[in-house]
Amino acid sequence: MSDDFSDPYEGYDVLSKWDTPSFNDQTRRVLAARRTPPARRFFTQEEWRTLQALCDRAIPQPERAEPVPIAPWIDADLHADRGTGTRYATMPAARTAWRQGLAAIDAEALVRFGTPFADLAPERQDAILTAVDDESLADPYAWEGLPARRFLRDTALKTIVSIYYVHPQAMSEIGYGGPASPRGYLRLGGDRLDPWEAPQGHWPEDEDR
Amino acid sequence: MTPDVGLASHGAEEAPRATAGRAPDVFSREGWVPMREHCRDEAVDFVIVGAGCGGSVLATKLAEAGHSVVLFDAGPFWRPLSDFASDEREQEKLYWLDERISGGDDPIEFGANNSGRGVGGSTTHFQMVSLRFRPEWFKSRSALGYAVDWPVDWKEMWHYYAEAERAMSISGPISYPWGPKRGRYPYRAHEVNEAGLVLARGAEALGVDWAPTPLATVSAPHGKSPPCVYRGMCKIGCSTNAKQSMLVTYIPRALAAGAEIRDLAMVGHIETGPDGRATGVEYHRDGGWHFQKARNVVVSAYSIETPRLLLNSACGRYPHGLANGNGQVGRHLMVHANHAVWAEFDREIRWYKGPPSMACCEHWNYDDDDPSRDFHGGYSFMSQGPLPSDFAGTLVGSTGAFGMDLRERMARYNRMAGLKIVGETMPQAENRVTLSDETDAFGLPRASVSFSYCDNDRRLYEHSQRFMTRMLEAAGGGNFLESASTAHLMGGCRMGHSPEDSVTDADGRSWEISNLWICDGSLMPTAGGVNPALTIVANAARIGDRMVRLAKRGEV
Ligand SMILES: Cc1cc2nc3c(=O)[nH]c(=O)nc-3n(C[C@H](O)[C@H](O)[C@H](O)COP(=O)(O)OP(=O)(O)OC[C@H]3O[C@@H](n4cnc5c(N)ncnc54)[C@H](O)[C@@H]3O)c2cc1C
Ligand code: SF4
Repeated sequence: MSDDFSDPYEGYDVLSKWDTPSFNDQTRRVLAARRTPPARRFFTQEEWRTLQALCDRAIPQPERAEPVPIAPWIDADLHADRGTGTRYATMPAARTAWRQGLAAIDAEALVRFGTPFADLAPERQDAILTAVDDESLADPYAWEGLPARRFLRDTALKTIVSIYYVHPQAMSEIGYGGPASPRGYLRLGGDRLDPWEAPQGHWPEDEDR
Repeated sequence: MTPDVGLASHGAEEAPRATAGRAPDVFSREGWVPMREHCRDEAVDFVIVGAGCGGSVLATKLAEAGHSVVLFDAGPFWRPLSDFASDEREQEKLYWLDERISGGDDPIEFGANNSGRGVGGSTTHFQMVSLRFRPEWFKSRSALGYAVDWPVDWKEMWHYYAEAERAMSISGPISYPWGPKRGRYPYRAHEVNEAGLVLARGAEALGVDWAPTPLATVSAPHGKSPPCVYRGMCKIGCSTNAKQSMLVTYIPRALAAGAEIRDLAMVGHIETGPDGRATGVEYHRDGGWHFQKARNVVVSAYSIETPRLLLNSACGRYPHGLANGNGQVGRHLMVHANHAVWAEFDREIRWYKGPPSMACCEHWNYDDDDPSRDFHGGYSFMSQGPLPSDFAGTLVGSTGAFGMDLRERMARYNRMAGLKIVGETMPQAENRVTLSDETDAFGLPRASVSFSYCDNDRRLYEHSQRFMTRMLEAAGGGNFLESASTAHLMGGCRMGHSPEDSVTDADGRSWEISNLWICDGSLMPTAGGVNPALTIVANAARIGDRMVRLAKRGEV
């Protein structure tokens, strides 16, 4: 897996619409409040290191001097005990699931490579995550009954992407229109674009063709 | 008691808004409308628990007929124009985020997937698809040979569908390809977006009909609602009021007719008196428990919370919960299979523009004779337009993708299109809501839900995935991805023909307690292959008229 991201919409920034009718006051307030990520309150220092490493592998951002912060919002949600509405009968409550899951990922790293997850090279971290997803674990007992794939996909990855893909930089890199109220869109086609949308994107393999 | 979720609207989440003789004016940024208030110690004619499709419509009907009504909702009373942001994470405040325990072979995802919390209920974030049942589905058992018959005639429902479509100003096509002839939709159909045209092209290639989806968002101004601006964020709340949710249609009517609404008011128990009849409800509001007396109690809290409240109201006389002498409360819970196929195109689609499902196909709801049909029931499917975080969740949930691979796949967001079904599942007694040993922040036992597909359900969604893949291929898509999920809730307290097989009669009156009623999606005996809100609204309008007539005869 290459670690370069080629941005099909280079130069497009949803935030350039901040002072236009695409943004309303409440959306500005929400995005402004998100600029300062909250301090860690829920996870221990050790868990925090594993969590940050996990977020970095789930959404690597090597091209950014200041990566979009993800871990602080997971910590904040767990601190507030904001639920999702669902607790699978095979899973413990969210707070316990996160603690158990992070510890188990770390345990797998130690058994396989003798090093905590956070200190492993990216390829090795990827190998661990793939093993978790396949549930082909060197140390299955470390999970204490927590379903590994369900934790990785439904708890960890879903939460991580739900935080990353509401960030303006993430919206911009996929060419999404971003905030759109009170002004929405007039031209509904894929090739007929409103002037306040991202111009047509460019994908590297299209140029190879 | 439930933690605040939003950053933009603490006001609505922290303290009740509908107090002191006034309620929020939903068409303003900070205005009010007058509201009649009722005394707690004087019995009102009707207490209604839950202000979604069932509760809002019923409150309107009863108040307009001159009855005194107090309508409770556990969630906030929003003003969309100033409270709803263009942000997926912020708008999670619209959902029922308190945990339910989900088990069975195919556990259901709750929260954003099927449950709202707030005045207007799940319609503040519904996707506005407004389809009628196929007439034969009201007689599934006798006409089509599966499940059960409704205790209601399709012609009566047809009349109320028309009423619901007028009340919600549905925008739809001039002629609809399936089912018996119907009158014109109140508003003209919306222009179909590119994601919808993918469905249209695929349908034409395969020789099946398609239609612009009848939608509950206006295509021209209506009252204080401006026309839809195609911002595509319907699932996280419409901040322009184009969407004809309960919050901007029936709720203002109910208030104008004299109904009182109590927001941020969680009903914990229904009380019964020595004669076994309901006497009122105990509810939590403003930091404490209170009691409201009532001559009739109606539960409209949807398929999980309705059974939960009835079960949580168990007492000496009714040890298994109210209206549950026959053990039917909580049973026959249904979902819609919500399986999807996604495809990549070699050009941009930009599915974020417009409501998410602008084109639909009901072919498999009406075609009974195709040799490939190997299931009972039906499914419809629609074009899709998930917002980025929603779609990323589908990607990681169904593939486990992570890393640069995930970012690169998401970078093709604008080139994706998808088709997703609303697939009928069979009512099964063991798919049910019970109480868990754990309690929530109010001290009330949580709901525990068990759900498993049956073989017929599986054959149905597998058929749909084969068909939708063919259709996307015919439309020029490639690189297919399948995903599995569920949508909507139906049943859980079904109405029926006799106390042995159901919780209520056709009027929503519980068989066991004559002044305890149910009016919401939990009444549905079958799920049908279409989204349920229009049916729930039509059924509530029917029940409302019926209750008013019964009251005139002194039978309420
Ligand atoms: C994301 C999404 C998209 C959807 N899209 C569509 C669509 O396109 N078309 C369609 O037809 N349907 C759609 N639906 C489904 C539709 O919204 C629901 O089927 C419908 O709203 C259910 O109506 P109801 O009255 O039974 O319950 P609801 O509308 O859910 O109302 C129940 C209300 O009861 C309140 N409540 C619950 N318990 C208590 C209590 N103890 N005390 C006080 N209040 C309580 C809740 O807060 C809630 O507001 C969608 C649903 C979701 C979640
Ligand atoms: S697309 Fe239309 S209905 Fe949906 S949120 Fe926007 S204005 Fe409202």
